[in-house]
Amino acid sequence: MTKTVSFITENFDKYDPNSIDSYLNINGFTAVRKAITTLSSGEIINIAKSATIKGRGGAAYDTGRKWGQAAAVQGDNKVVICNADEGEPCTFKDRSILSKDPFRLIEGMIIAGYTVGAQNGYIYLREEYRHLKSLIKNAIKETMEKGFLGKNILGTNFSFHIHLHSGAGAYVCGEGSTLIESIEGKSGRPRIKPPYIKECGLFQLPTLVNNVETLAAVTAFIQNGTDDYIKYGTKLSPGTKIISLAGNVNKPGTYEIPFGITLREIIYDIGGGVVDNNKLKLCQLGGASGTIGSDSILDTPYTYEDLEKVGLIVGSGGILVVDDRTRVIDFVKSIQDFFIHESCGKCTPCREGNRQIAKIIDRFVQGTSGVNDLDTAERFANIMKNCSFCGLGETAQNVLLSAIKIFPDEFKRLEAVGK
Amino acid sequence: MKNIKIKVDNINLIVPEGTTILEAARKANISIPHLCYHPDQAIKANCRLCVVEVAGSRKLTPACSSYVFEGMEVETNTKKVRDMQKGVLELILANHDQDCLKCLRNGNCELQALCQRFNISKTNLEDSVDALPMDNTNPSLVRDSAKCIKCNRCVDACQKGQEVHVLTHSHRSIHYNITPAYEMPLEQTFCVFCGQCAAVCPVGAIVEKDDTSKVWDAIYDKNKHVIVQVAPAVRVALGDAFNLEKGSIITGKMVAALRRLGFSKIFDTNFTADLTIMEEGSELIDRITNDGVLPMITSCSPGWINFIEGRYDHLLDNLSSCKSPQQMFGALSKSYYAEINDIKPKDVFTVSIMPCTAKKYEAQRPEMVTNGVKEVDVVLTTRELARMIQSAGIEFDGLEEDQFDNPFGIGTGAGAIFGATGGVMEAALRTVYEVLTGKGLPTLKFSDVRGLDGFKESSIDINGLEVKVAVVHGLGNAKLLLKQIERGESPYAFIEVMACPGGCIGGGGQPIQSTMDVKAKRIESIYKIDEDLPLRKSHKNPSITELYERYLGEPLGEKSHELLHTHYHSRDMKYNFEELLK
Repeated sequence: MTKTVSFITENFDKYDPNSIDSYLNINGFTAVRKAITTLSSGEIINIAKSATIKGRGGAAYDTGRKWGQAAAVQGDNKVVICNADEGEPCTFKDRSILSKDPFRLIEGMIIAGYTVGAQNGYIYLREEYRHLKSLIKNAIKETMEKGFLGKNILGTNFSFHIHLHSGAGAYVCGEGSTLIESIEGKSGRPRIKPPYIKECGLFQLPTLVNNVETLAAVTAFIQNGTDDYIKYGTKLSPGTKIISLAGNVNKPGTYEIPFGITLREIIYDIGGGVVDNNKLKLCQLGGASGTIGSDSILDTPYTYEDLEKVGLIVGSGGILVVDDRTRVIDFVKSIQDFFIHESCGKCTPCREGNRQIAKIIDRFVQGTSGVNDLDTAERFANIMKNCSFCGLGETAQNVLLSAIKIFPDEFKRLEAVGK
Repeated sequence: MKNIKIKVDNINLIVPEGTTILEAARKANISIPHLCYHPDQAIKANCRLCVVEVAGSRKLTPACSSYVFEGMEVETNTKKVRDMQKGVLELILANHDQDCLKCLRNGNCELQALCQRFNISKTNLEDSVDALPMDNTNPSLVRDSAKCIKCNRCVDACQKGQEVHVLTHSHRSIHYNITPAYEMPLEQTFCVFCGQCAAVCPVGAIVEKDDTSKVWDAIYDKNKHVIVQVAPAVRVALGDAFNLEKGSIITGKMVAALRRLGFSKIFDTNFTADLTIMEEGSELIDRITNDGVLPMITSCSPGWINFIEGRYDHLLDNLSSCKSPQQMFGALSKSYYAEINDIKPKDVFTVSIMPCTAKKYEAQRPEMVTNGVKEVDVVLTTRELARMIQSAGIEFDGLEEDQFDNPFGIGTGAGAIFGATGGVMEAALRTVYEVLTGKGLPTLKFSDVRGLDGFKESSIDINGLEVKVAVVHGLGNAKLLLKQIERGESPYAFIEVMACPGGCIGGGGQPIQSTMDVKAKRIESIYKIDEDLPLRKSHKNPSITELYERYLGEPLGEKSHELLHTHYHSRDMKYNFEELLK
């Protein structure tokens, strides 16, 4: 029996994403029609709350609450941003939605705009997804033509426009305020808070930023009700989640799973197990900024609460499987290389911390580490975690810190080589 | 405003809403370490040294960017806070060139002071600095990327304060740097050399170009007659370098120190400030009465000249053709002074003590030549003079007061106030009014043009004609007036522009830590000097009268034109993109 479900992804491969007519044939835009002609802003917020969906970009903030706050902010001119800067390595579930069901996302944005009182929406598409630009542009255009976007949508007072904006390749632009700086044409560096973006975001306007999956899910809630959603999952993590499974597994890909199945079920039953029947060494959850676990966590249910107990996160929904051909230190180095490329350089801990820790990791890789190297790396990793300006620096050393904790012997051995 | 009750390290405090933790802690005599924070600038929160613990918060909180809330409990000295702050400091230090003993900021460096405070001796980090090459090919400033800690204070000064937009950040992560676009040397950018970046740099990453050895060499050269002029703003700031109270007026001691250093004659730039008023005032009268280009804009601030020549070269006709007081002095030193003392102009070595880094650039301009020699040979900033005095072992505070020499030793109060924003305007009005109306001004104090407001305006009735004037300081403010002129909407006849915020007392060459509070004190002292002087109008300066009678003839006369006026030209900046792309 298959362990995957289809609620958020129910339209995948059911219609031609290049054609709104094809989407309308499968009851497309019933959610928008229902929302803006029959539901109040408060009712939609309550629907989101009843689904208890948490933000799917990685921060896991309660969506209903976020929308409630956004709706409460005073302002005649507001903005909704769809964060499609899916930059976490080993995370590609938003790409699946964008390429297979762009209209559901557009519906989600229109509903969000209606709910919080915004007139403009921006899709911030990561530069690497440029091949999807024409598809999304076409979807926006056709939606306009059918009257679901533009002035006085469906004859109501509600008007809404969607703009597509491409990033320039910086991972840090997935952070809300950095993304906004980028749309404004500035270099991608996070903003100081306060002011918070919900009050003063893009072009100083109150701004709501949501992930692709979150917006698509809301469309599904409005269209199908939340009962079919919350029947899945656990009490604290109801519903489903789209995961990106990758690495040394036989069947990598995007899967919608009910919360509560175990990592073993995900990797072995859904993913077909580790390649060549190799032994699983570790897995990393939630992208490059997520922590790692050893094979001892395989029987942990995939829920917010159970993962937290073993020091892991749902995050972006990425699950990277690494088999025993890879040394822990080499894995750590690959992640460190990523962050040394992607730090924006604005704050001391992230810029200088990455610089120094990278030097130490290189010594471990080359077997030339010094006496205090492990302690020093751990110390500065903690400084980065505690003192950095934004989430990038705070989480950049999650891998190193969890690796030291989970595989102490490997580090000890490497240290011994260096001495 | 609402008051907020908080506790910092168990000390109860009541502070106004909107106060940051850093500012609140100061009220309890707690100095939370910081490097990017500057009281006159926007909050940056990028150095991360000021992290503290706030009860109820899982994460550490940056004190510079976090505002107090009712019942907030802050701890600034827990083990965790201390360890983290020390770690951040070690990270900064590991990528900072540690040639402290040879650094101009040795003993006056905020990073050095913090390392001392945290007792940093040895760390486990590799000290190898990744940096761009040194930028030291211009006459005014030296940028040493190896010392840059990326605090962005200079960027704030250049972009927000001055709106010059030359310094910016480039690249990211470990390649993140503070630099002009395309990493060009400053002289190939529209940098105006105002030095406001150097004035706010917490370390030695941007400093004035040190020219003290050139002055020592000249003093020791038996064939040189070495004279010195001191700008009006130096005498209220130099004391800072000797730990005197901010704004102390130390004119007499300064002259005594210069004499001990070995200068043959010590002169006062206030004298040529008076001369500037004679020329510039006459030029203004001429423009008003003969339908000349108006508004006329002052030309004594070389940072301002660099700015308009670079960015608004289509408005150069609005500039007064007068040289700055520094260059008028230089021109006279190589002509009149040389003649009356029977010294060859090339043997007179003229040094200026200026609050300004752009003056170094100005003195190098090819048109600033009289009788075939450079008018001003070396320009020292206030900071460099302080170093010379310290280097000579002179105990400044104990010096007996001395007096400026003649013939350029008498300056009026009008010359003195050149040092503060609004001063040139006020000095000019004192003279222009009297010349045009034949009557003394009703009051000598033009309050409208005094003080630290960025933009000030006033009007004065001269023989039934309403003359509107405006005063700005800081180049961002100057832009507003220039745009008005571009649109043909400027209602003013005369505009004073000073490049630096506060005027020359806030110049880029003044002692470090010239915050707005300090500038206000210096301005107060400048006006006190004016009030205490028996002569307060430039045209009443007897030495000026003598100079015109004996040598120059009359303001705007032939001799004046030759020596005291100049031309401006566009800084025709063309980037060679082919070269850049290589």
